[in-house]
Amino acid sequence: MSTAVQTSKLNRTYSRLGGLAGIIVTAVVFLVPFAFIFVTASKTRAEASLLEFSWPTEWAFVENLVEVVQSRDYILITAFINSTILTVGSVTIMVVVSAMVGYVLQRRKSRWNPLINFLVLAGLIVPPAVVPTIWVMQGLGIYKTLHGLILIEVAFGMAFCILMFRAFVSTIPRELDEAATMDGAGPVRLFFKVIFPLLRSVIVTVIVVQSVTVFNDFQNPLYFLPGDKGATVQVTLYNFQGQFSTSWNLLFMDILLITVPMLIMYIFFNRQIVAGMTSGAVKG
Amino acid sequence: MTDTLHARTQEAPASIDAPDRTRKARKRSTYPMWFYAPAGVIYGALFVIPTFASFYFALTRWTIFDSEFIGLENFTTFFAEPYLFESLLNTLFYATFTSGAKVVLGLLLAVFLSSQIIARGYLRSVVFFPVLVSAVGVGVTFSVLMDPFDGLINKALAVFGVEGPGWLTDPDLALFSVAFVDVWRGVGLATLIYIAGIVAIPQEYFEAAKVDGANAWHRFWHVTLPLMRPATTTVIILSLIGGLRSFDLIWTMTKGGPGFSSDVLASVVYKQYQAGFYGLSTAGNVVLFVLVAAIIIPLFWFLNRKEVDQ
Repeated sequence: MSTAVQTSKLNRTYSRLGGLAGIIVTAVVFLVPFAFIFVTASKTRAEASLLEFSWPTEWAFVENLVEVVQSRDYILITAFINSTILTVGSVTIMVVVSAMVGYVLQRRKSRWNPLINFLVLAGLIVPPAVVPTIWVMQGLGIYKTLHGLILIEVAFGMAFCILMFRAFVSTIPRELDEAATMDGAGPVRLFFKVIFPLLRSVIVTVIVVQSVTVFNDFQNPLYFLPGDKGATVQVTLYNFQGQFSTSWNLLFMDILLITVPMLIMYIFFNRQIVAGMTSGAVKG
Repeated sequence: MTDTLHARTQEAPASIDAPDRTRKARKRSTYPMWFYAPAGVIYGALFVIPTFASFYFALTRWTIFDSEFIGLENFTTFFAEPYLFESLLNTLFYATFTSGAKVVLGLLLAVFLSSQIIARGYLRSVVFFPVLVSAVGVGVTFSVLMDPFDGLINKALAVFGVEGPGWLTDPDLALFSVAFVDVWRGVGLATLIYIAGIVAIPQEYFEAAKVDGANAWHRFWHVTLPLMRPATTTVIILSLIGGLRSFDLIWTMTKGGPGFSSDVLASVVYKQYQAGFYGLSTAGNVVLFVLVAAIIIPLFWFLNRKEVDQ
């Protein structure tokens, strides 16, 4: 009896001390960098140049925001529009075409399956060959175009989506397909009217995870869509790094603007992000 | 027409009895092969063809318009030039270090964050959030924080009387510093993967171990750790693939510098591309491809085999 009380007391102490220690350590390691971004983005140029981790003596948050948006002929607005088109476009295509593949791949046993499974795995592992890709894109006339970059993101992100969809389709009973076919639904109707709506939860997961990936992508826009006109937010931030080396307040305001969409995503889709990114943890 | 033909050849091995086969062959398949087409066209054109083409172009001197076959010259250059060869070693170090650190830290954090402590949900969110921040954002922030004189890290160290090193300006330290930031950004993902694994362990195992008199350490070592093998496999494979291909963070923090001390294969590929040496750049790509395949495929096979053995 008394030992039980003791252990529960011990547990409560551990719970509090452990949690407290965790809060302090994570505050220093993880929150300070974000707080630093925020306070530097709120300072005047002179104060920001000191790079001190301190509360701004004079708030210039709005001024900085306006200045960074107006800089270089509103390039940041262009960049946000480009990034939005890129993300929405590529994720939409990715979801539809990968769902079709994942569905047929799971349902239909054919001798092509090993080859397709191999290609999907290769897509996860193999690093894309850069210059030959540019060569192909030039041949197709889509190099340095936004729709070309959209197709690139689709090609590189597809493998992950197919694996997610294939796993999820296996949980949908085949009897459903049969019933729909009995009712006279053709393959297209069956997929888009019956199966696709049932994939909703995994579609949300795929959309969220891939949106984060595409929005944050830096390497592909750098290679396949160079130049200011088509710049995405990541490339713009990278260019600002060189140009704003004397005005840290503006550079950090830009970082803040790029981070906020992700924070909003995380607040709303916490569960889906976690589910998508940790899928495969249990089954290996 | 082609559909029916496909249906016959495809379905035949799977079906068991003959009448079923003929019936299926006459009907259009419920799961048509052309569903593969849209994905296949995009993937084939922009991923498969360039990958195969890279094996040829790596053997050429290449200016996008015309290419001249020069055999293995690009590869001899690659392995003869010390700064190019060093990038290979750097890539290996970077990938091994980040993936090892993510496994160890991720597992420890996961055990801690799945124990009974206050503010658990909050702590998990904080650890995970950097995963969602772009590498460029993280890279720019940390290159400021790691500034040798004005940077917050060295200022904080100075308070304790320690003179901080030039994290990104010291050639011996630059790659290590970038790898450290990579771990900072990626450990949250490893932690979540491990937490998902720990949550899946049936509580009975721990209770049974407790009844047998196992203390917390024993329970971790003999119950949690062996059952974490699938999660560990995932973390190692994911972070090795990411680490070997890593570019964004290195490029925004050091551009491979100072000198060539933190160059990795991906940054060499970009530098040679910028300089117009397309053949050499592609050769770098092929080296990276071979390296990734040579590490990931045996590892994948080995880690999965061990699972079956148990």
